[in-house]
Amino acid sequence: MSIDTAEFLQASVRTATPLALAAYGELITERAGVINLGLEGAMIAGAFGALVGAGIGGVGGGFAAAAVAGCATAMLMVLVVLWLRADAVIAGTAVTMLALGLTGTLYRALYGTAGAALSVPTIGPVAVPGVSQIPLLGRAFFEQPVITYVLYALAVALWWWMGRTQAGLALRATGERPEAAMAAGISPRRVRALALMFGGAMGGLAGGVLVLAQVGTFSEGMSAGRGFIAIAIVVLGRWSAVGVAGAALLFGAASQLQYVFQSLGWPVPYQLFLALPYVLTLLVLAGTPRRAAAPASLGVALTD
Amino acid sequence: MTPRVIAAATVAATIVAVLGMLWTGGYDIAQALAALWNGAFGTPYAVLSATLVRATPLLFVGLAVGIAFRAGVLNIGAEGQLLAGAAAAVAVGLSVGDWPRVVALPLTLGAGVVAGAAWAGVAGWLKLRFGVLEVISTLMLNFVAAYGVSWLVRGPLQEPTRIYPQTVELSAAVRLPALIDGHRVHLGLVLAVALAVATWWILTQTAAGFRVRAVGASLSAAQSAGGIRPTRTLAVVFLASGALAGLAGASEATGVTFALYEGLSPGYGYSAIAVALLARLHPLAIIASALLFGALEAGAAAMQRDANVPSVLAAVVEAMIILGVLAFERAREGGRRL
Repeated sequence: MSIDTAEFLQASVRTATPLALAAYGELITERAGVINLGLEGAMIAGAFGALVGAGIGGVGGGFAAAAVAGCATAMLMVLVVLWLRADAVIAGTAVTMLALGLTGTLYRALYGTAGAALSVPTIGPVAVPGVSQIPLLGRAFFEQPVITYVLYALAVALWWWMGRTQAGLALRATGERPEAAMAAGISPRRVRALALMFGGAMGGLAGGVLVLAQVGTFSEGMSAGRGFIAIAIVVLGRWSAVGVAGAALLFGAASQLQYVFQSLGWPVPYQLFLALPYVLTLLVLAGTPRRAAAPASLGVALTD
Repeated sequence: MTPRVIAAATVAATIVAVLGMLWTGGYDIAQALAALWNGAFGTPYAVLSATLVRATPLLFVGLAVGIAFRAGVLNIGAEGQLLAGAAAAVAVGLSVGDWPRVVALPLTLGAGVVAGAAWAGVAGWLKLRFGVLEVISTLMLNFVAAYGVSWLVRGPLQEPTRIYPQTVELSAAVRLPALIDGHRVHLGLVLAVALAVATWWILTQTAAGFRVRAVGASLSAAQSAGGIRPTRTLAVVFLASGALAGLAGASEATGVTFALYEGLSPGYGYSAIAVALLARLHPLAIIASALLFGALEAGAAAMQRDANVPSVLAAVVEAMIILGVLAFERAREGGRRL
């Protein structure tokens, strides 16, 4: 049996979309020097927000609520990590636990115990006239839900913003040497707070994509570790906007590879492909000379 | 504020918040609390077959996380190390199941210890040799371990009939004996308490323990003033932490589940962070903390059964306790870095 390459690529981009959205958020957060392990929490909060929001204001309301919910979880990180100066790693783990538990509790309280399948309208793929006709790649990249096109625009905008603007420079300076940034009249705490909130909103949007563009409903724990994969993508993409795009595509493709092998009749366990991204991240990290690419003050608390 | 006040204030704040949530959710608070209490302490069955059974793995992993944090190693991979330990214990337990218990059981538990240490050892090696942050590596290894277990129970270790994704049951020779006939609490609890005391003794009374605490307090100071080789100490800490988490998995597999399957751990490795932090990383306090969380998780299950309150509420409580400890800890002037 042959494989439909165009379909494989299309599915890879579809899988990569929520991962890339969350990863671009985390990229900005980490460039400011904070690791947000609460990203998984932002994603599940976003998914739940999308469910509630879509019920009130349709798909648009769903995405808006998703971003707000994700941003709200990140504000908890701002409070605990930046104001109370707690360890970001432990706080992030707790925020994820909290969001997973709260969304589960609220879901059951609001909509009854699982079983009552709740469906929301989803957005289908829209072919971009012209470019979607390009052989192979056209369908993969230009026959996707609108949110994927928003992602393209965001990726380019972030690349430009980080590299070419004063504010982007302030962000990178905060992640590299907060003392120097402070000397230049920038408040590292404020930069980190804004970066966290942006990252949370993006993580929330990513959760919204799961509900509004993929599954069409909410289930407990449906983020299923994607927030953590997004963190791996940032590492694998070596903290660059272009690298993140490549790494997200690679993760998307790796998780679709199992279907290819299945259709070819090769008896390769699917768990191998599911574990592949994580193993890959470890290998790339080991191969990166002494954290060369990471922001120098990543994970280092501010002192003042 | 003293550590005890911090812990008490955190628990009090959490209780108030959860009561508020129950009230907002329109639940019958009295009924919910009664179910919580009865599920945790109400009957001998609740204590001996629910609370203490849940507290056992939490004590092992709480110690694992506690000892790592003490040395400044942010091991958030206890979940993966626990799964590695459970998988290895079951694999060995199945092949030595017809041997005499005195040989077979230690071998089975030992396999879990070694596998847990090896799993954490990978993260330790990556950190000490290549400078990879353990936060990232232990987290990644959690997922690799989970998919590894999934592969084992659907592949090489699956029961011969191949109906359910699980292994066959371990034979009696490689099961941890029950402490009281007719109840589920098993020898693992005694082992866990003994290890908590041993960990406390090693940390406070021996040179090795001093090195761990010194490295955790200040890496550079320990190196320059104390003549300590941090690399070696950190390597030992990674292995010891993984060994404890691996033993948690082996104890669960040989004492409670008697088989390997995917949902073997309901996130014990993550709850461990709450257990260790509430105890402020003190090994003896971790015993009390593990009991509290064991009761909470047992009670939450009963609360869902009897009062229809979602049991995931327990995760909310654990998360709030972590955040509370962090917040109160930091609010204190000159708090130790954690």
